[in-house]
Amino acid sequence: MSNVPADLRYTREHEWAKQEGGRVRVGITAFAQEQLGDVVFVELPKVGARVRAHQTFGVVESVKAVSDLFAPVSGEVAEANVELGQTPEIVNQDPYGKGWMIVVTPADSTEWDQLLTAAQYEEFIAQGGH
Amino acid sequence: MPYDNQRHYDRLIFELSSPGRMAFSLPEPDVPVEPALAAVPEQYRRREPAALPEVSELDVVRHYSRLSQLNYGVDTHFYPLGSCTMKYNPKINEDMARLGGFARLHPLAPAALSQGALALMHELAGMLAEIAGMDAVSLQPAAGAQGELTGVLMIRAYHEARGEQRTKVLIPDSAHGTNPASTALAGYEVIEVKSDAEGQVELGDLDRHLGPDVAAFMITVPNTLGNFEPRVMEIAEACHARGVQVYMDGANLNAILGLTRPGDLGFDVCHFNLHKTFTTPHGGGGPGAGPVGVKTHLEPFLPAPVIVRRDELYTLDWKRPQSIGKLQAFWGNFGMHVRAYTYIRTMGADGLRAVSENAVLNANYVMKRLEGHYDIAAPGPCMHECVLSARRQKKLGVTASDVAKRLLDLGFYAPSTYFPLIVEEALMIEPTETESKETLDAFCEAMIRIAKETETDPQAIHQAPVTTPVRRLDQTRAAREPNLRWRPTT
Amino acid sequence: MRYLPNTPQNQRAMLETIGARGVEDLLVKIPAKARLSRPLALPPALAEGDLIRHLRGLAGKNADADTWTCFLGAGAYDHHVPSPINHLILRGEFFTAYTPYQPEASQGTLRTIYEYQTMIAELTGMDVANASIYDGASSLAEAVLMAHSINGRAEIALAGGLNPLYRRVVETYVDGPGLKLRDVPSPEGVVDLDAARRVVGAKTAALVVQSPNFYGCLEDVAAAAELAHAAGALLVAVSDPVNLGVLEAPGRQGADIVVGEGQGLGVPLGFGGPYLGVFAAKNEFVRRMPGRLVGATVDLDGNRGFALTLQTREQHIRRAKATSNICTNVALCALMATIYMATLGKAGLVRVGELSTAKAHYAAERLSAVPGVSLRFAQPFFKEFALRLPRPAERVAARLARQRILAGLPLKTFDRKLGDCLLVAVTETRTKDEIDTFADALATAVA
Repeated sequence: MSNVPADLRYTREHEWAKQEGGRVRVGITAFAQEQLGDVVFVELPKVGARVRAHQTFGVVESVKAVSDLFAPVSGEVAEANVELGQTPEIVNQDPYGKGWMIVVTPADSTEWDQLLTAAQYEEFIAQGGH
Repeated sequence: MPYDNQRHYDRLIFELSSPGRMAFSLPEPDVPVEPALAAVPEQYRRREPAALPEVSELDVVRHYSRLSQLNYGVDTHFYPLGSCTMKYNPKINEDMARLGGFARLHPLAPAALSQGALALMHELAGMLAEIAGMDAVSLQPAAGAQGELTGVLMIRAYHEARGEQRTKVLIPDSAHGTNPASTALAGYEVIEVKSDAEGQVELGDLDRHLGPDVAAFMITVPNTLGNFEPRVMEIAEACHARGVQVYMDGANLNAILGLTRPGDLGFDVCHFNLHKTFTTPHGGGGPGAGPVGVKTHLEPFLPAPVIVRRDELYTLDWKRPQSIGKLQAFWGNFGMHVRAYTYIRTMGADGLRAVSENAVLNANYVMKRLEGHYDIAAPGPCMHECVLSARRQKKLGVTASDVAKRLLDLGFYAPSTYFPLIVEEALMIEPTETESKETLDAFCEAMIRIAKETETDPQAIHQAPVTTPVRRLDQTRAAREPNLRWRPTT
Repeated sequence: MRYLPNTPQNQRAMLETIGARGVEDLLVKIPAKARLSRPLALPPALAEGDLIRHLRGLAGKNADADTWTCFLGAGAYDHHVPSPINHLILRGEFFTAYTPYQPEASQGTLRTIYEYQTMIAELTGMDVANASIYDGASSLAEAVLMAHSINGRAEIALAGGLNPLYRRVVETYVDGPGLKLRDVPSPEGVVDLDAARRVVGAKTAALVVQSPNFYGCLEDVAAAAELAHAAGALLVAVSDPVNLGVLEAPGRQGADIVVGEGQGLGVPLGFGGPYLGVFAAKNEFVRRMPGRLVGATVDLDGNRGFALTLQTREQHIRRAKATSNICTNVALCALMATIYMATLGKAGLVRVGELSTAKAHYAAERLSAVPGVSLRFAQPFFKEFALRLPRPAERVAARLARQRILAGLPLKTFDRKLGDCLLVAVTETRTKDEIDTFADALATAVA
């Protein structure tokens, strides 16, 4: 069944974004982790690195695939989830919670409105998610 | 710790080590040793000897003999890996490669003292050129992937020499992964061209992409679904009309020996996989050899040196100002050249044609016998390999991977799985011509049995394999906690 | 025909099942105008006995190291190959298997590669080694690309003593990615560290140092590593693993990546190939490493098992974004090396190094005592050195060839300034008598 929290926004590359008092927390969706299979490694940028909307900020690796991670918004990385270095499986277990990847201090607030709503994302994955 | 007389031998050489044991034989020094060592500055010398094993010669022989018994090989099992051409590796090839004059020849021995080796390479290059309908062949690339890189670099040099800036290479989505990887390595942008439902190049999509910024189109013939692309000559013409070079990945050459040739189909460059078509052994994952063949217009760009024959003398020609450079330190995998040469001289023209005819016949026979039980990826006839889909079985919870594992229990190495990417639950089967009808029947019966088990007893399939030295392995753990070397447990 | 089992009768039965009249029916998709209308123009097939005779004839025209005395080196060495290796690698389960994609049926291959990875890591002093690249040169090329991918810098500094053939291969590989090569001069036979400090800077991805270098001289790898790291660059060490029984592990001298030619570890001279590209690196770089990696894990029953791992970096999954395009490794050569290292073992590899350097130093002494002959470089060496001769080196080598001595490599082809130099290598397989004979013959040849 679809696990698409209504209070989040989404990208076509299967990342979710959550507003938290001026900052944006980012991770990958339940759909994404299911497609990937067991996550074995996550490569994240350092705190302070700049990210750009729709450009890659890291890589998530499973046993059978590697996928680029795309930033939903541009800005500076305020936090990166170091837990994933030790226990990458959290991404599978709790993709919207403890499996978060980075927190971004956004540079351009207009980018938020260009993200997919939960309804739009659900529609997108219902049609295959490509 | 398991007992060694169990079927599942589970030791590593380090675990057999015992201080003071030795397996080597070296002469006593006949010259002074200490002064020589003293001449090596102390900071360049090792303080502790490397922790290599200390075992007896019998330990070595017994250990590696037992390990070999944990493997399936072509010598012991039908090995239908698609596009790998797991045909019989003739023993005579091994004997010839081991002749002292070949195996004990230093690569930098002067040309005048290596005439036999150079003659063999020159002749082999000529025979491969004839087989492929090309004008010149370089034997230097070490493997198919290196051959691809060489071919793409030559195409790049060709366009540059003509003052043309072309930045893209077109590759079908059905291609082997080395194609885009090699192309990216050569500095090109890879553009994927779609395949249609039958796995053939979608001409509309190709046409849309062809343009003045495209350097080459790379294609495997027959394609990775085992089908001959009937419009391949039109494709080559369409490419040439736009100044685009066409490259043929020769992995599937076993299908067309003596029947048609890349050069006659319009290709400018192709590579050969000696470890596929030409019986050099697969060795557990290599070494291979990936010679490239080119038409005259690409000849100036061949890797250096080129083996030339002047009067009766063979030499290495280094005066190649437009050469793309070098792929290996020396001249190529000569040991594989000897084996391939021996094979071609064993078969002759008629023999090679019979190879392809039998390879095609065998693959079609397998496809026919299995078509009632598995989905066929593309309508026949196929060439030297066929691709099935375990789509039907997946609906009942049995994947292509499960089928492969069950086959191991039934005494066969599995076909390739999940390649090509455009076929769901792909199983790619290449029987090769060296297998008998009886073997093919046994394999088909096993596949049919698995198809039936999918309906009646899928558990048996999910548990498989149970008769191999190990059961299914935890790949996730292997990737999450990489353990890539042995360490002593203290 | 002995490799084609199906008789006309078998073929008829198969065609009937397929519903085809003949094999031609199966070839319909090949365009008629592309069909060969003649047999391939190849020499006629030879029966086994005739073929053997023909190939023996070709083999007999080569000056091999069994029937000639070999002092050639420069990247390929006549080290002794212990007898068990050939017998073991000829076991069909090893040499007719392929890539271990089905690990359950490939534990033999996988375990030997794991052992190989372990031994190479141990010898080089690095954390992890891969299952091999094609040869030392392509291994170096891959290392250079890897350095670039790690720190994003686009220049590679090459120490002057790097094997010139390796340099050409690196040149070929960096062409696509557009990296720039910068040479550091080695006028006295070893890298000029002051010059290196001027070349290695903020744009340098890696400094490459070979030790012993192409001229046989030992380099100060630790100093090179220090200066590379000071500039934020990596140190890539090119090393001959056979020497590492006696010589210090490059990993303990500060190398970030170690590559080299493993041919001396039981792989035949074979006129240049197949050889063995050694590749080892620090743990922090493991996910950027090219080539295959075998890892230990457990199976469903909790038993130890081995499988290819971290495959997502490789071409069959990552495709255009793969760390490399490499597909095959040189598994059989890696197996030869594994058995070699197990056979020589802890003490044996030390002995090989000691004997090699002892014989090389004795040879250097005797040869440079010949009037008019001297050592070209006044540097410590290991098993190889350059001699300066009073006559063109090619002519001297040709005269020595008349006595079935492969005297060494005339260096003119690689450096016109060294036209009077001969590169001589001496391993543990050369005897004092052979060296004395060489010295006597040299004396006559240059007189």
